[in-house]
Amino acid sequence: MSRFLFRFLHRSLGLLSSLVGVAWGRRTIRAFIFILIIVGVSLAVVLVPDIHIGGFERGGDNLLGLTLGLDLQGGSHLVYEAADPDATEDDMKVAANTIERRVNAFGVAEAAIQVVGGDRIMVQLPGIADVEEAKKLIGQTARLEFKERTCLVDEPDNPCEKPENHEDKDIGLTGDDLARAWPGQEQTKGTPIINIQFNSRGTPIFAEFTKRIVGDNMKRIAIILDNTELLAPVVKSPILNGTGFIEGSLQNPFTIDQVQRISVQLNSGRLRVPLNLIHESTVDAILGADSLQKSLQAGLVGLGLVLLFMVVYYRMAGVVAALALMNYTIIALAVFKMLPVALTLAGIAGFVLSIGMAVDANILIFERVKEELRTGRSLSSAIETGFRRAWPSIRDSNISTLLTCVILYWFGSRLGASLVQGFAVTLFLGVVISMFSAIVISRNLLQLIGLTAVGRIPSLFTPERAREAVRVTRGS
Amino acid sequence: MDIIGKRLWFFLGSGAAILAGIISLLIPPALRPGIDFTGGSAMTLTFSRAISESEVRSVLTGMGHPEAIIQVLGEDSVFIRTTALREAELGPDDSVVTPAEHVQIEEALGDNVAPIEAREFTSVSPVVARETVRNAAIAVAIAAVAILVYITWAFRRVPNPFRYGVCAVVALVHDLLVVLGAFSILGKTMNMEVNSMFIVGVLTVLGYSVNDTIVVFDRIRENISQAIERPLREVVNESLWQTLGRSLNTSLTTLVVLVALYLLGGSTIRPLVLAFIIGIVTGTYSSIFVASQLLVSWEIGDFGRVLRFLHLAPARSS
Repeated sequence: MSRFLFRFLHRSLGLLSSLVGVAWGRRTIRAFIFILIIVGVSLAVVLVPDIHIGGFERGGDNLLGLTLGLDLQGGSHLVYEAADPDATEDDMKVAANTIERRVNAFGVAEAAIQVVGGDRIMVQLPGIADVEEAKKLIGQTARLEFKERTCLVDEPDNPCEKPENHEDKDIGLTGDDLARAWPGQEQTKGTPIINIQFNSRGTPIFAEFTKRIVGDNMKRIAIILDNTELLAPVVKSPILNGTGFIEGSLQNPFTIDQVQRISVQLNSGRLRVPLNLIHESTVDAILGADSLQKSLQAGLVGLGLVLLFMVVYYRMAGVVAALALMNYTIIALAVFKMLPVALTLAGIAGFVLSIGMAVDANILIFERVKEELRTGRSLSSAIETGFRRAWPSIRDSNISTLLTCVILYWFGSRLGASLVQGFAVTLFLGVVISMFSAIVISRNLLQLIGLTAVGRIPSLFTPERAREAVRVTRGS
Repeated sequence: MDIIGKRLWFFLGSGAAILAGIISLLIPPALRPGIDFTGGSAMTLTFSRAISESEVRSVLTGMGHPEAIIQVLGEDSVFIRTTALREAELGPDDSVVTPAEHVQIEEALGDNVAPIEAREFTSVSPVVARETVRNAAIAVAIAAVAILVYITWAFRRVPNPFRYGVCAVVALVHDLLVVLGAFSILGKTMNMEVNSMFIVGVLTVLGYSVNDTIVVFDRIRENISQAIERPLREVVNESLWQTLGRSLNTSLTTLVVLVALYLLGGSTIRPLVLAFIIGIVTGTYSSIFVASQLLVSWEIGDFGRVLRFLHLAPARSS
């Protein structure tokens, strides 16, 4: 396939070159194909709104399917801290899980909840209209209840689990009575199970209850968290000492993931880490859309002016730089979309700054090429020497920016500063991609153009030489 | 043209700019800290009609916040900064007993001033603010050390790498002082506040300053390796001319995009973009007119001459 493509391109370029009278080298063609593939793939990534490859999903309804930060799409960024200094990492995970469950039930799409720095939970609620309502839900106490379930109907095609087929009755047993729940393995079969242990108040109630319903096919223990059913197991043997386990059915055994998840959920109804809201930042969607539109406008105007400047000042080389810069923008957007990087206002500023760096790499190279041309080299050799001479300064100067980005990322990692991280990530990626774009794309494009008829007019590449030529003509 | 010969003027120019900044930094408050560093609450509200500061202030004073800092942005928007506002209180049955204070303020403003069309609310607890200040200090310190180490490494092959490192660091400190001074003056004249994003701006400027200096020094390094016999003064002068086109073009193109972002982009990132703009201007200036000139001054003994002029060192016997 690739060989076919290569031959096809080789022939068509051969045809093209016979028209403009140029011999295309194998190396140039390879480079050309390489650039074509990279830019083509990036362009496809940017333009296809939804990307689904197996379980890999990117894109969405936003502009170009990019992931937008909360300040651009509107939403709320909340950070909670455990009021109890002794809260463990596990307690925080349980609390985060509780928040996640409630926020999902509240209907916030793509909410992100994450434990940061050991004792904090960061909650990101994109596109939310009523933050106060969400905060209220997060602040509520979890309600775990054990109820007595009586099945009215229980047939294979009409099971007891259906809401209309059973009745639940309160037995005065709640999450307060549960000491802990943890995942484990059944001793003989090795299948995943959930261990539960009740405290001194819960133990006798649970013992009495399990003794009463054991062996009754129409009875279940309904375990309900925040009005959502978690499990409804049948009692196989009475649990008198308060410690027992729940296992899956023969047809439908538990998975390891399942027992871990359910254990966390059981614990979330059991213990509650008191949380304090220590940071909030909420932006109305309308303001986010406004900011996005404004900064896009600014970016496009700025980019347009830069392109214009490059073409006017560096002539043909400027055209190449303009192409390279557009390629740079496409590749960067594709990378942002695929990782994905959430674009924030600060991130856009970082991206804009990296455009400056991308231009810088091109300018460094072109100034060198111009110098080499002045010493009388041929265009092709001037391009090669120019690139080789410019590379150390491009590399060394960009490393200092990359260093700064790494430090900024750390600075932002501790919370409240997702803006800072957004900036650090976009600037870092921007600088790396800009080096690539200058070294691979600008260089090869310049060489390609140098091979065409245009390349035989050096004045298109260096303004000075054009002026000198005029002077020489006048002098003679 | 001989740029090096005019170095005294460049040093004086930098000195004047830095001195103005230092004077402003010495008059408290050196910089106006935003809520990221002090803690507290801030909201930006957009009303359905043009509003005045006084009508907003009277509502806030009535709500028990006479300390509020109120700035009208544009015509219909207002920025209000207060001490930390109370969160909503929930009763035992999870019902709201008292709504959050900022909601009460928004309702009062909506009733007494004009309907609110869009809002932005940020609150930062003192815990987070203290931590931000500490992390910012650590980040700046680490950045300074990392950049120092990096400069020493980058110039390991030139004669006197230490001098290159010191001159680059002086240029770096120069840029830092100019940006800090500018924000100090802007804080006193235009109420410009500094926040976490300002730290981002400062650190990026540090990175950029080194970036720019390295490009110039790299050229000097290359020219020295080609012509050992020539005096440093000439080599540096030539290198400056060779890199001048690049330095100006890069700064100009970057500035064009940043100015577009400053004028057309939202108000939220203005302080950050402004820090970039000031930093790029001073970074370019210092790489050409401070760092490289200092390198020559060191070589030809300017510092000794200055000391002798001030009668701080004995006159040379020869």
